[in-house]
Amino acid sequence: MAERLAIIDYGSGNLRSAAKALERAAADLGREVAVSVTGDARLVAQADRVVLPGVGAFGQCATALRSIAGMEAALQQAVIEGGRPFLGICVGMQLMARRGLEHGLHQGLGWVPGDVVRLSPNDPRLKVPHMGWNKVAFTEAGRAHPVLARLENDGFAYFVHSYHLEPEEPAHVLARTDYGGPVTAIVGRDNLLGTQFHPEKSQDYGLALLRAFLEWKP
Amino acid sequence: MMLTKRVIPCLDVKDGRVVKGVQFLDLVDAGDPVEQAKVYDAAGADELCFLDITASSDNRGIILDVVRRTAEACFMPLTVGGGVRTADDVRRLLLAGADKVSVNTAAVQRPELVRELAEQFGSQCIVVAIDAKRVNAEGEPDRWEIFTHGGRTPTGIDAIAFARQVVDLGAGEILLTSMDSDGARSGYDLALTRAIADAVSVPVIASGGVGSLDHLVEGVSTGGADAVLAASIFHFGTHTVGEAKQHMAEAGLPVRLQAAPPVRASARVTS
Repeated sequence: MAERLAIIDYGSGNLRSAAKALERAAADLGREVAVSVTGDARLVAQADRVVLPGVGAFGQCATALRSIAGMEAALQQAVIEGGRPFLGICVGMQLMARRGLEHGLHQGLGWVPGDVVRLSPNDPRLKVPHMGWNKVAFTEAGRAHPVLARLENDGFAYFVHSYHLEPEEPAHVLARTDYGGPVTAIVGRDNLLGTQFHPEKSQDYGLALLRAFLEWKP
Repeated sequence: MMLTKRVIPCLDVKDGRVVKGVQFLDLVDAGDPVEQAKVYDAAGADELCFLDITASSDNRGIILDVVRRTAEACFMPLTVGGGVRTADDVRRLLLAGADKVSVNTAAVQRPELVRELAEQFGSQCIVVAIDAKRVNAEGEPDRWEIFTHGGRTPTGIDAIAFARQVVDLGAGEILLTSMDSDGARSGYDLALTRAIADAVSVPVIASGGVGSLDHLVEGVSTGGADAVLAASIFHFGTHTVGEAKQHMAEAGLPVRLQAAPPVRASARVTS
């Protein structure tokens, strides 16, 4: 039976690119993966892998996710209790944090202790949002991670964001980029992975990451 | 290492077909924007831009199909503009697979639209396309005015003031085209590009007038642009996107170079 991958649809932007990129990554691997874009908590609870995308502001996304009956519980069941591989993308990655500080204080899922704070590049000429292609440099923890081990270090990924997650636990930071100072690019612990950049928009580098995620058995 | 400067090939699309002449004769369908998009994707373009110049409102839906098919095949950022007037237009393009939507005439006619779109969809996906033309006489201080309807209609609005206004309203990026340079192949209007880039806090894409790879370099180094857009030098096969980026790298600009040499278009597209 094909593996079931749920991309959570909570009204946050275009999920078509993420779905198509995951389908391409699965096809490249010759794996059968049933990718569904869904707002149905039951499907999320039963999924073998879960992807949480997100575009927009932290608070707005957190509210939208929680407004779906049973969704947070389904995520908890599949990902925290069930240990299924989870990938958060952009604001979906930020939602893994305990708190977000964009337009007020908002509660995240609390899976990665730390806050989501505004970028403050040390060079005033650097514009916020941080938009475009930047290098993803692995930390020591990142180099030891089975998903990142299958990617090139210092590869380029596509970023669009004004805030980033600052984990309290240094081991949760798997990769950083540099934008007038260090910016968190990938976080992870156990079966959880999150990328600030958009793998579905990062051409070969992004597809390589999605392939590695699909083969990940944490 | 810092954020790289982006190279953005632009395709003019009319009734679902690429308008400008092309030399990619080995493509399955050289007039299909999706086939062209795949070539640019394989060549390492940092983003892709579709400008829909379809005149008839009956055919405006065709671009959505183009965007959908592109999003299935190319995993890179995609900006779509041309004829976008309402929040509904933006929503349809985003759902079809566009990452950013550019608004032009509608934003000039009613700047508040920019605020509404930014609030509804987020600043990151709202690009304001500014078509500007120099209006000062020789010897007078530089002044550029906004033109709408593909550069035909003067508005009397100062381009720099307008750029500041739309950024305050929530525009996430400015796509700046010099109507004096567009099509002339003599390079960007660098004074205009620099004036707008210095005036706003969001990224500026320089557009209009690229005839050589040095023009791309100047757009960034002298114009202060964060990204450079070009159409004909890539369409007509004068240069590949890979050559453009290599040239910019040799000039000392931070760009994203592909690790492996670009795959030949025909091999990639027909496989």
